[in-house]
Amino acid sequence: MNRRESLKNMTLSAFGLAAFPSGAMEAENADKGDKKIKVPNGRTETEAVRDARINAEKFFTPNELKTITVLSDIILPADATSGSASQVGVPAFIEFMMKDQPTYQTPMRGGLMWLNNQSNKRFQKQFIGCSRPQQLEIVDDIAYPEQVKSGMQQGIAFFTMLRNFVVTGFYTTEVGFKDLGYVGNRPNTWEGVPEDVLKQYGVSY
Amino acid sequence: MLNFNIQEQATKYDAVIVGSGAGGGMAAYILSRAGLKVCVLEAGGYFDPADPKYSNQMKNPWESPRRGANTTRPFGDFDAAWGGWQIEGEPYTAKEGTEFQWFRSRMLGGRTNHWGRISLRFGPDDFKRKSLTGVGDDWPIGYDDLKPYYDRVDQLIGLFGSIENLPNEPDGIFLPPPKPRLHELMMKKAAKTVGVPIIPSRMSMLTKQINDERGQCFYCGQCSRGCSAYADFSSSSCLVKPAMKTSNLTLINGAMVREVLVDAKGLCTGVSYVDTRTLKEVTIDARVVVLGASACESSRLLLNSKSANFTEGLANSSGVIGKYLNDSTGASRGGFVPALMNRKRYNEDGVGGMHVYTPWWLDSRKMDFPRGYHIEYGGGMGMPSFGFGFGLEKMNGKYAYPNGSKLPAGGYGSRLKEDANRFYGAYIKMAGRGEPIPLESNYCEIDPNKVDKYGIPTLRFHYKWSNDEILQAKHMQETFENIIGAMGGVPLGDKPTAETNYGLAKPGLIIHETGTVRMGNDPKKSALNKYQQAHDVKNLFVVDAAPFVSQGDKNVTWTILASSMRTSEFIIEEMKKKNL
Repeated sequence: MNRRESLKNMTLSAFGLAAFPSGAMEAENADKGDKKIKVPNGRTETEAVRDARINAEKFFTPNELKTITVLSDIILPADATSGSASQVGVPAFIEFMMKDQPTYQTPMRGGLMWLNNQSNKRFQKQFIGCSRPQQLEIVDDIAYPEQVKSGMQQGIAFFTMLRNFVVTGFYTTEVGFKDLGYVGNRPNTWEGVPEDVLKQYGVSY
Repeated sequence: MLNFNIQEQATKYDAVIVGSGAGGGMAAYILSRAGLKVCVLEAGGYFDPADPKYSNQMKNPWESPRRGANTTRPFGDFDAAWGGWQIEGEPYTAKEGTEFQWFRSRMLGGRTNHWGRISLRFGPDDFKRKSLTGVGDDWPIGYDDLKPYYDRVDQLIGLFGSIENLPNEPDGIFLPPPKPRLHELMMKKAAKTVGVPIIPSRMSMLTKQINDERGQCFYCGQCSRGCSAYADFSSSSCLVKPAMKTSNLTLINGAMVREVLVDAKGLCTGVSYVDTRTLKEVTIDARVVVLGASACESSRLLLNSKSANFTEGLANSSGVIGKYLNDSTGASRGGFVPALMNRKRYNEDGVGGMHVYTPWWLDSRKMDFPRGYHIEYGGGMGMPSFGFGFGLEKMNGKYAYPNGSKLPAGGYGSRLKEDANRFYGAYIKMAGRGEPIPLESNYCEIDPNKVDKYGIPTLRFHYKWSNDEILQAKHMQETFENIIGAMGGVPLGDKPTAETNYGLAKPGLIIHETGTVRMGNDPKKSALNKYQQAHDVKNLFVVDAAPFVSQGDKNVTWTILASSMRTSEFIIEEMKKKNL
């Protein structure tokens, strides 16, 4: 394959255009002999079976998922630069990760319980039933790890974990790439640092 | 259904090669092109990064439900390696109070599919450690023995680098190196002020096209995913597949070799393997047996090949097999460079990995540890994946926004988008990779009580770092802080202390294990002669890193390739002379 051909192939396959058929292999699901699992390109059969199992399970209750959605959009709201976390599917990503890495399940579920306990104490309502000012009153107490109020440490640990997931979930999407200005992951020729940048940082080749 | 019928393959091969990584792949290439009938046995499946069915190159993070997290693959969802430090049904153990982590890739090409492509020659001093320092052992060969093969590997496979004329870092036949990225230029400038040289890295990506079979690098920075244009070195793409074109090579995937077979005269007759899909036992007959299964796997195979003539394992009259296991040392540190905040965006993916590195630059005789290390560098505006933005709360309260204002750490709302943007591309990382002292007391052996899912006895490791490696890691940490400081950067996290061996990675984590079937001139102290031929069994050869007496601070792949080429040509010559 010469360079031009490889560039051509890369461009097509990189953006999922039909350069090749999807090429998914058919594989027997070891557990259910009659059910076929499609192995996506680049995956092993074991991985495909595991992902299918995870996708068929549910972790969050509808109520929990609503709470995660409200919190996700408080953490990354829609604004002039880009959309909100829930608009790019962050809650579904978090749902997947809870099943993919179950070590997060207890802190996440427990954190949501902690949050509802707070809102019940303060406003006699579940967190999602609170008004936005009420929600933010609680969030303000748990969003700043260097300003710890008594009794809020566990809430801070929960919110910090959730912030991590929301930011990672947002910036690993197409919208996130655009927000960040990431312009890689495409065939190119590396010619070095642009001239104006070299000048700005006082370095040269 | 289990079926213990033993199948005999009708063909008798000139050579059977166990393993398709760098060593096995090179042997397959040389022997099959010389006209020999060759059979390659690979325990894992078929892999071809040019076939979309296997490829993860150019995928975006959202094409992985876990956004590239490392739940099922140790280096993330898009990494090429099928395997890891733990493989279901293929366990290993360590003796109490010691530890070793063993990474295996079960696939055509083995670990060359995801490796870092750092392609360093050993230098003249690396072959004569005992004579020069009194510590360690000399090799039975020197740099001059391998130099012609290094030259040919350079031309056959291709690597970039720069001519530096450094005494123990021999130059190769290089393609042009890619220009440094911004953080690499800044590191180079800063490191110079603290006496640390930084030069272009030496890695096997094709910055120019070298033949019709392989394309040129298109700078996606994803070599670890496997290259659809074959523009970097992997054994599968560059050696095994071209060898298959000769029609002299039979590749059998899913072949987990149990035993090397011998006749009454003590010569190898071939190997027997378990077909991993049918669980049938199959025998392959061959004139010579070539092991390239990886250092630990090759020693396991020999130790498991016991017979009346070889009660301690095949070719093990010295008792040395399994001993002198050694992995590179490794320690790292991250840093944050405020000057790189709010930087201009452009595509700096580059090649997969660093464009510059630091070879060992000090005089080991003046240090309080006997061997050197090199430094690898990371940073830049890479593609976000799982973990991006984690820990933002540790940074965003410390640094002012462009308008001069500061906000408390953590928080929520649109400010977080600005935070993600301003810190992007402002982090750097340094990793030292050093030469360990191979010790007889670091070894793998057959676990007397355990077998894998194929019924093959498994390995038990016994490995402890010595003070030499710990002090080397301590020096690495000092160097990292010096460079980060000289850049006006801030080291991240706490400086590793003596309690954690100064951040020295646990044995096996660097995946450079070597030395378990060492070569030497004395059959009482070594298993192989200077051609990597068994002293005890003349038609048995080892071509992975198991024969190496030491490993320098040089990643061993290039030396595996050169010495496998040398051994393969020795086999051809010996066959011509009717000695084999």
